[in-house]
Amino acid sequence: MIRLEKRPQPSQLWTYLTPVLAVLLTMIAGGALFAFLGKDPFEAIRTIFWDPLFSEFAFYYRPQLLVKGAPLVLIAIGLSLGFRAGIWNIGAEGQYIVGAICGAGVALALYPMEAFWLFPAMVIAGALGGMLWAMIPALLKVKFGTNEILVSLMLVYVAENLLASMAVGLLKNPEGFGFPGSRNLQQYPSAHNAELITGSGMHWGVVAALIAVIFAYVLLNRHMLGFHIRLTGEAPRAARFAGVRPARLILFCLGTSGALAGMAGLFEVSGPSGQIGIDFGSGYGFTAIIVAFLGRLHPVGILLAGGLMALTYIGGEIAQSNLGLPSSAIQLFQGMLLFFLLAVDVLTNFRIRLTNKAEVA
Amino acid sequence: MKLTKLLTTAAMALGLATAAVAADKTKVGFIYVGPRNDGGWSQHHHEAAVEMAKHFGDKVEIVEQENVPEGADAERVITQMALQGADLIFTTSFGFMDPTVNVAKKFPNVKFEHATGYKTAPNVSVYSARFYEGRAIQGTLAGRMTKSNVVGYIASYPIPEVIRGINSAYIHAKKVNPNVKFKIVWAFTWFDPAKEADAAKVLIEQGADVILQHTDSTAPHAAAQAAGNVYTFGQAADMAEYGPMPRISSIIDVWAPYYIQRTQAVIDGSWASVNTWDGIKAGMVGIGEISDVVPADVKAEAVALQDAIVSGAYHPFTGPLNKQDGTPWLAAGEVADDGALAGLNFYVEGIEGAIPQ
Repeated sequence: MIRLEKRPQPSQLWTYLTPVLAVLLTMIAGGALFAFLGKDPFEAIRTIFWDPLFSEFAFYYRPQLLVKGAPLVLIAIGLSLGFRAGIWNIGAEGQYIVGAICGAGVALALYPMEAFWLFPAMVIAGALGGMLWAMIPALLKVKFGTNEILVSLMLVYVAENLLASMAVGLLKNPEGFGFPGSRNLQQYPSAHNAELITGSGMHWGVVAALIAVIFAYVLLNRHMLGFHIRLTGEAPRAARFAGVRPARLILFCLGTSGALAGMAGLFEVSGPSGQIGIDFGSGYGFTAIIVAFLGRLHPVGILLAGGLMALTYIGGEIAQSNLGLPSSAIQLFQGMLLFFLLAVDVLTNFRIRLTNKAEVA
Repeated sequence: MKLTKLLTTAAMALGLATAAVAADKTKVGFIYVGPRNDGGWSQHHHEAAVEMAKHFGDKVEIVEQENVPEGADAERVITQMALQGADLIFTTSFGFMDPTVNVAKKFPNVKFEHATGYKTAPNVSVYSARFYEGRAIQGTLAGRMTKSNVVGYIASYPIPEVIRGINSAYIHAKKVNPNVKFKIVWAFTWFDPAKEADAAKVLIEQGADVILQHTDSTAPHAAAQAAGNVYTFGQAADMAEYGPMPRISSIIDVWAPYYIQRTQAVIDGSWASVNTWDGIKAGMVGIGEISDVVPADVKAEAVALQDAIVSGAYHPFTGPLNKQDGTPWLAAGEVADDGALAGLNFYVEGIEGAIPQ
């Protein structure tokens, strides 16, 4: 008989092992899924995990990993601060969109002026936009005790409609023959978030993501505020005795995650995406939640998880076009990753004991 | 060890063989915004791609990618296809326009065809269909069939393509039924069965007994069927499974001949950048069979209109027409030119409500 026994302390070893185990289980279950679809499972898994890094065209895919991973890491870092303190910002997608609208709005309002300070101003506007959008659930929670999960999630849909309205209205390209979508910022030198080194995929968003990782690490390990965040998540009562003011913490966590999501949106709209369009929001804000948990809410873990997630995206696309795998199979594969992570998480907090039947009864 | 070596050799031999065959084949890529079984827009591109591949047999290999988000992801997917040796790539959604142009700059030897856009380059063609011709026929049928004089219209995005369709349908409904009114719901999606069903239900509640749709799923048909006496039209696909009631006709996208022609051009080396905008006459727009619930005289009227459009005797946008605010647009007998139609962003006189901005 198998019995689960709660560990007195979460296991350190399993904290590190579970993500690896989850990836392995995903490979096995995913392989089985691909085999059922009539594809060679080994080739499919190799295409997803190996080809983006080491195939013939890796010179193109490797930089793309940075492009795809950076917004995920940037958003996930912000989310992880709140998640650690038990503050659940589910609406990063909305903050990402509003940040992009605000940042791009600054550039489009000043078009075609060229100035060195334009891009920094856009970054600030993007961060402010995301932060203000996140302040709505934060203030509602602090003032009226509303549930930030619901409010932040609902605001995603508001943001999506705002985006559609901007794309066909206020920010529409006046030279676009009436078609939706803003001017393309890639063709506006002062506003373009170009690659810092051509062909490297390294744009300001990647730099910002790396800086965010370092800051989060220092904050959580070396700073009083980081201690308060961890304490609130682990022992809310003790936190109150230690002088943590919950309201301030809520505003800080939601505000920071909103600002980072907004910046991610700005870097995306001014770089890889180029324009405000109806379908600009492509789910980074939601995927980042998976990345945050896959990375164990730890800054370095998130960095690795962001890379892994980007890998499954790029590899998944290659598998689609080379092997003819349907895109829903790839999405299922990514979903499995979170599923297995949550499932094997039980090993962190519980110990498996083999006992004889009599004892159980 | 020995077995591994044997396998490796076999694999290498196989790999070389495939590479040799692949060199002779023309590789054609297709990128879809939705799933290839969406029942509408993307599915029709997919089926046309398969038909094209069948036409050429061994000479052509197709690669496809579905559910590609518009924006940065599209650019990567297109690049990936070009890197892997595609000779010709069809990007089948409006939002793929800038990504297509960007990638085309980096791969001057690969040919690109972008559906429904307006940006061309030496290696980028654009193609679209004059769906408004089909809308004229739908409008005529709608105007004749409605008893409540309320026609519902499920619109997707406020872009010229959609606004053209609304105007064309309205002009021709009004022509046969001066009391007709249009109620327009903006769904802000091309494909979302739940949203489309909701839109259809709202329109039916508001008294609409004919529903036109510019979205791709069959959900509005199901809603109309449930409601009873409501007529609908297939969009992009024939959607004949909902005939003879509620679906009484349809606009069908017919891409295969174009795909065959353009792929042939790449094989022959005669491909050149073009801007194609074909209608019923060229066969790019198909009119699904008008079902028997439509009275014979109404059916004859619709067929006559179709014949007039095909022969060139009649253009759906012929004056006198005023803009919604009453200012004149086309004088009597004047025909709208393609430039004006391509960027159409206003309603004609008589349509109520504003285009969302």
